[in-house]
Amino acid sequence: MFDLQKKNNLKQKRIRIIIAICFPILVLLFWQYASTVGLIKASLVPAPLNIVKTFLSHLESGKLWKNLSVSFVRVACGYFIGAVAGVLVGFLMGLFKSVNAALNGIVSVLRPIPTIALVPIVILLAGIGFSSKVIIIAIGSFWPVLLNTIHGIQTVDNKLIEVAYTYRINKLKTTFKIIVPSAIPAILTGLRLGMSSAWMSVVAAEMIASSTGIGYLITLSRETANARVMYMCVLVIGVIGLFIDKGLTRLERYYLMKTRGIADVK
Amino acid sequence: MVETNNILDIRNLHKDFYIKGQRREVLAGVDLTVKQGEIVAIVGASGCGKSTLLKLITTLEDITSGEILLDGDPVNGPSPKCSMIFQEARLFPWLSVKQNIEFVIPDSVPKAEKEKMVEHYVELVGLSEFMNAVPNQLSGGMQQRVSIARALATRPQLLLLDEPFGALDAFTRMNMQQELLRIWKEDNTTMVIVTHDIDEAIFLSNRVVVMGKNPGVVRSIVPVNLPFPRDRTDSAFLEIRGNIMREFLDS
Repeated sequence: MFDLQKKNNLKQKRIRIIIAICFPILVLLFWQYASTVGLIKASLVPAPLNIVKTFLSHLESGKLWKNLSVSFVRVACGYFIGAVAGVLVGFLMGLFKSVNAALNGIVSVLRPIPTIALVPIVILLAGIGFSSKVIIIAIGSFWPVLLNTIHGIQTVDNKLIEVAYTYRINKLKTTFKIIVPSAIPAILTGLRLGMSSAWMSVVAAEMIASSTGIGYLITLSRETANARVMYMCVLVIGVIGLFIDKGLTRLERYYLMKTRGIADVK
Repeated sequence: MVETNNILDIRNLHKDFYIKGQRREVLAGVDLTVKQGEIVAIVGASGCGKSTLLKLITTLEDITSGEILLDGDPVNGPSPKCSMIFQEARLFPWLSVKQNIEFVIPDSVPKAEKEKMVEHYVELVGLSEFMNAVPNQLSGGMQQRVSIARALATRPQLLLLDEPFGALDAFTRMNMQQELLRIWKEDNTTMVIVTHDIDEAIFLSNRVVVMGKNPGVVRSIVPVNLPFPRDRTDSAFLEIRGNIMREFLDS
C-alpha cells in the first residue's frame, strides 16, 4: 500500500492512470447494465444513457442553461459579499488580538452550523427573494475565506518579522508589505474553498424557496417524481463544482508561480 | 566621552533566560571590543550564547544587565549603524532581488539614489544578472549573497553575521568566505561573525573570540596575524587552529 515512491517510476504511474480511467467506466457499464435488465428499478435509479439523454434534451430546450444562469448570478453575488467580508474580518481578527478575542467565541459557535440549517432563519429575516439566497451563499463562502485569512496572517514567518525589526521597518509597512503578502497563498486557498462552498450553498438555498435555479430544478423533479432530471441535475452540479475547483487551483498555482517562482497549493 | 575607534564596546554583559520559571544564565559577564574595520569571529559550542550575543546587539533580545555601546552610544532599539545577516537568507519570497534590497533602504532616500545603491550592492555581490529574479529562482549561496547586499545597502558601520554560511555546502561555503573577504576589502565594513567552524573563523578574522558555555563567557581571544588571503594548509594557520582546538578540549 505505502510502497517507497521512487522517482520516474513510469510503469507504476501508467498503471494507476489506467485504473483511474477504467474503474469509473466499469462502474458506469455495470450501472447501465443493471438498470436495463431491471436489476435496479429504472424509476429509482435511471440508466446513465437515459440521464445523458435527459441532459441533452434539457440543454437543447434551454431549460438547463436558463436555470443554471440564474444560479450563477446568485453565486456570483453571494460569493462576492462572503469573500470580501471573509477577507476583511479575517484581516481584523488576524492583525488585532483584541478583535480576535472579541469575535473568536462567536465564530466558534456559528461556524459549525451547516448553511442549510440557517435557511429557515434567513427566509424569516429576508423573505424568499433574491436577497435571501445571496445571504445564504455569502454565509457559506464566508467561513473558509475567514478561517484561511486568519490562518495566513497568524502563521507569518517570525523570521521575516525579525528582519523587519532589525531594519527598522515601521509597523504599517511591516503589515502591508510583509504580513499581507505572506498571507496571500492562504487567502487564495480560502477564496477557492469559499467558491466551492458557495456553489454548494446555492443548491441548498434554492431547494427550499425558489422558482428558478438548478436547485429548484431538483425540487421540481422530486415533486414530479422525475428521477432522470434529479440525477442529471445532481451530476451537473458535481461536474460544475469540479471545474470550479480545478480552474481556481490552476489560477492559484499560476499566480504563485508567476510572482514567487514556487507554488505550494494545498 | 573618551574618543575611541571602537565600533562595538560590550561591557560586563549578562543575559538570563527563564525556562519554565527556572533561571538559566546564558551570558555571564561578557566583555568585548571591536575596532573599526576589523573582522572578529566568535566561535563556541552550541548553547554558549554566541548567537544570543548578536541578538542583544540588535535588540532582538533584551539585556539582563551590562552595557553595549555602538559607536560610543548605548544601544536602545535596532540601530541603523548595524545590520544583521542570519543563517537563512530571510528574503521576502514575493519580491525580486532588487525589491528585496530596496525594501530596507529608508523611504527618505530619493528614488534615483535608491536605485543606484541597489545596483551598486547587487554588483558588489556579483548578482547583476539576477536583479529581477525572485529568491526561489536562486541557489542557497546566491540567496545569502542577496542578504549580504541587503545588509550592506543600509550602509551599516557594523555587520553582524550569525552563522551565515552554516546552511551551505562545503564548496559554496569556501567560495562565500572568499567573497566576504573581497566585499570587506571593497566596502571596509566592520564585521562580527559567529560561527562554529574554526577554519572559517581563522580564515576570515583578525581575532577569534573563543566562548565557553554554561554559562557563556569569553574564554580567550586569539589574534590571527596572517596576511589575507590565507592558506588553510599553511603551518601558521594550522598552529592557530591547534591552539583554538585545545581551548575546547581543555574544558
